[in-house]
Amino acid sequence: MKIKFHYILFFALYAIVLSCKKDNYDAPKAALTGRIVYKGEPLNFEYNKVSYELYQSGFGKTGAIGSTFSPEGGFSHLLFDGLYKMVVPIGQGPFVWKQNTAGKPDSVAITLKGNTSMDIEVMPYYMIRTPQLTYSGGSVTGTFKLEQIVKDVNAKTVERVTLYISKTRFADSQTNIATTNLAGTAIADLNNVSLSVTVPALVPAQNYVFASIGVKFSGVDDMIFAPVKKLTF
Amino acid sequence: MKNKFIIAISALFLFGFGCKSDSDYLNIKPTQVLSTELAFSDPAQVISILADLYNRQYDYPRLTEWVTFGDFNESFYSENGQYNNYHGNSTWSFRGYRGPDVSGKATYFWTPWDYTYIRELNLFMERCATATSLDATTKASYIAEARFLRASYYFTLAQYYGGVPIILNSLEFNGTDVTSLQYPRAKESEMYDFVIKEAEELKLLLPANSNTKARATKGAALAMESRAALYAASIAKYGATTPSVSLSGGEVGIPAGMANAYYTTALKAAEEIISGSAGAYSLYKKQPGNLSENFAAIFYDKTQNNEVIWVDDYALKFKRHGFTQLNQPRFGAEEEEGGRINPSLNLVQSFEKLDNTFAPLATNDGSGNYIYYTNQQDIFADRDARLAGTVMIPGSSFKSRPVDIWAGVQLADGTVISGGERGAQKILPGKTVPEQVVGFDGPISGIDFTAQTGFYIRKYQDPAIGSGQRGIGSAVWRVRYRYAEILLNAAEAAFELGQTSTAAGYMNQVRARAGLIVPLTAGDISFDRIVHERRVEFAFEGQYFFDLKRFRIAHQIFDGVTLSKTDLLSNLSKATKRSTQPYGLLPYKYYAPGSPNNGKWIYKVDLSNKVTASDNWQLGNYYSEIEADILTRNPKLVKQPNQ
Repeated sequence: MKIKFHYILFFALYAIVLSCKKDNYDAPKAALTGRIVYKGEPLNFEYNKVSYELYQSGFGKTGAIGSTFSPEGGFSHLLFDGLYKMVVPIGQGPFVWKQNTAGKPDSVAITLKGNTSMDIEVMPYYMIRTPQLTYSGGSVTGTFKLEQIVKDVNAKTVERVTLYISKTRFADSQTNIATTNLAGTAIADLNNVSLSVTVPALVPAQNYVFASIGVKFSGVDDMIFAPVKKLTF
Repeated sequence: MKNKFIIAISALFLFGFGCKSDSDYLNIKPTQVLSTELAFSDPAQVISILADLYNRQYDYPRLTEWVTFGDFNESFYSENGQYNNYHGNSTWSFRGYRGPDVSGKATYFWTPWDYTYIRELNLFMERCATATSLDATTKASYIAEARFLRASYYFTLAQYYGGVPIILNSLEFNGTDVTSLQYPRAKESEMYDFVIKEAEELKLLLPANSNTKARATKGAALAMESRAALYAASIAKYGATTPSVSLSGGEVGIPAGMANAYYTTALKAAEEIISGSAGAYSLYKKQPGNLSENFAAIFYDKTQNNEVIWVDDYALKFKRHGFTQLNQPRFGAEEEEGGRINPSLNLVQSFEKLDNTFAPLATNDGSGNYIYYTNQQDIFADRDARLAGTVMIPGSSFKSRPVDIWAGVQLADGTVISGGERGAQKILPGKTVPEQVVGFDGPISGIDFTAQTGFYIRKYQDPAIGSGQRGIGSAVWRVRYRYAEILLNAAEAAFELGQTSTAAGYMNQVRARAGLIVPLTAGDISFDRIVHERRVEFAFEGQYFFDLKRFRIAHQIFDGVTLSKTDLLSNLSKATKRSTQPYGLLPYKYYAPGSPNNGKWIYKVDLSNKVTASDNWQLGNYYSEIEADILTRNPKLVKQPNQ
């Protein structure tokens, strides 16, 4: 049988014209970014520890978009324009998140229209003030002040402070090569807390380490951190 | 023409038969599906349905999944795929995820949420009750068993989730209103109240027969009641120490005021079994000459074993597991594998000395010199007999074959000669012929299936020939309740109720069976003692996990802080002692010709370089996460705290 070329062409054209009718959503384009701050000062956490949830209602089931804050206390999502609510579940984070009378976490309403950046104010239990991380003679020393922020019924005591050193920017309880701890009860002066740790042999060798300070509060899982600092020998 | 005739005949057939009563024609009963009526027509048939329901109980640990056995740093996992999941990872997810399994699949270990099972239990009871061809006695006994399974499963759910919806009859969707199927969570206390109430009723319906192990008995109901009441009581009492682990609706957390009533119930139920009214249960003491073997035999001796109350039973060829195959000593094993669970020094050193004192295993003397032992086992002398019944120590035997555990040869100047493969050979100084410098069971760091902590697991290993072969497998049962637990439940409840001498009496029975014949006095019983006794008696039986949770001590033991050697070796008796990393104890052969110590053994405390993380228990880990998918389907469910 003779195949007529223009038939094939015709069918191909037909398929292209009809099937590619606009039947898809655009990918989400609006970027929602922000940080968790106290009086404008960003808080630092451990990666993959402090979780939060974003809700958008009106589309059937109300499931959360769950994620965790970055170590620098930031969050970022690509979303569709609309109304969102952000919630930090009770017990998450080294800070007080407001609750409603039913004991449920209060939500932050977010109106997303195009790229939106917003910082969220919270009350951390304590702030790490003037952290100094220095390297000398094979060991890393961290000095800092602790300022109590939450003093009402929600106040927490310091369980321990820990100095972490790591080969990578992740210097925390999950990734570290050496740590040193100081129990909260052993801290005599909150305005002068000092810790030091010996740097172990680095394999493969490198001439720098990263260090950070974490503070753990009794009855709270997540620690608050000082910004990670790179220390070159 | 012939053709025409055939066509005409065919047409006739078609009209005559093909179109006979359309509705009947399509209405054919499937031959491979039994109707409810048929299924409940014969007792044997009903038993097979019941057997399936028995099989669907949720256990942790499970003999078919070896990684459920030794988490929480009670052991080191000597398998290449697991180092990173367990020893390079400091957290448990809220559903008990520690990392992907061998095939890369996510494995959640603390998620029994199975309402299909509950529905089928409810349906079973309803259908059994209305069955016409069963006699009343048979029906009643089957329904009682299903009720027991349902209560037991709700108890399981309560242990993981706290309060969950209690559904006691099969639900039908009416086609329009889905909210009629949405039930809120019960209070945590209501869960335990339900289990206790069911057990109280069931003990009168179930047979008092201590020879029935795999099916529900009066003993099993009472054992469940005693355990449930004890859990509820301790959550009420010790939950007060972690106030953030609770929900305002009571779905998680039990008011402290309810503790005493629960302790009383726990003690009463335990004493009912101890009194003998549920059948002739007693401690297993068949081998008084070898207390360690006696202890190990509780788990593999299936004949006239009066200690065991309720089990998940196995039978070769039908329902078997490969626990022995996966964990047997690697050297000379029946299969080219084994040795996966290596008990840690953390656990091993917590076995007491025979004078009821705690002491780390003596590796060095006061001035820091090594202590030389003639035989490998000497360092473990005068310890609780349960040690060698739970753990294979260097120098011991399994299936009459000695294990070959030693890490290397230490020379007089302190140099260690070792090898990178099992049974490696090297030439020692002053010799000409190479000789073995490492045990055939290791330990060699990073070589899987070797005893990397210096120990193999003994509990639940099957001494039967062929048990280590893939094609045969093991039929060792998984013990769910046993008499020793009843005694320790009674001891704990009595202690909490202030009856310390009663508590000491019960605890001493269990300890005497393990060779600790110096009795504890009433004044010796403390919270630490109770926690410790349960940890060593029930090591690798799953109790430790639930004890950590109900005593609310897990976040203190796994606080995310690196475990130093000093920490490891001190405060052995303390319940909240840190245990964030699994240590090992490695034997070395001392080589110094001419010295009196030549050929003797020294021991070194060791932390494998595969252990890089320090476990960190989060407050959110105390109760398993209810998945987002379940929450969205039923908005009446409240979320767990701290998640």
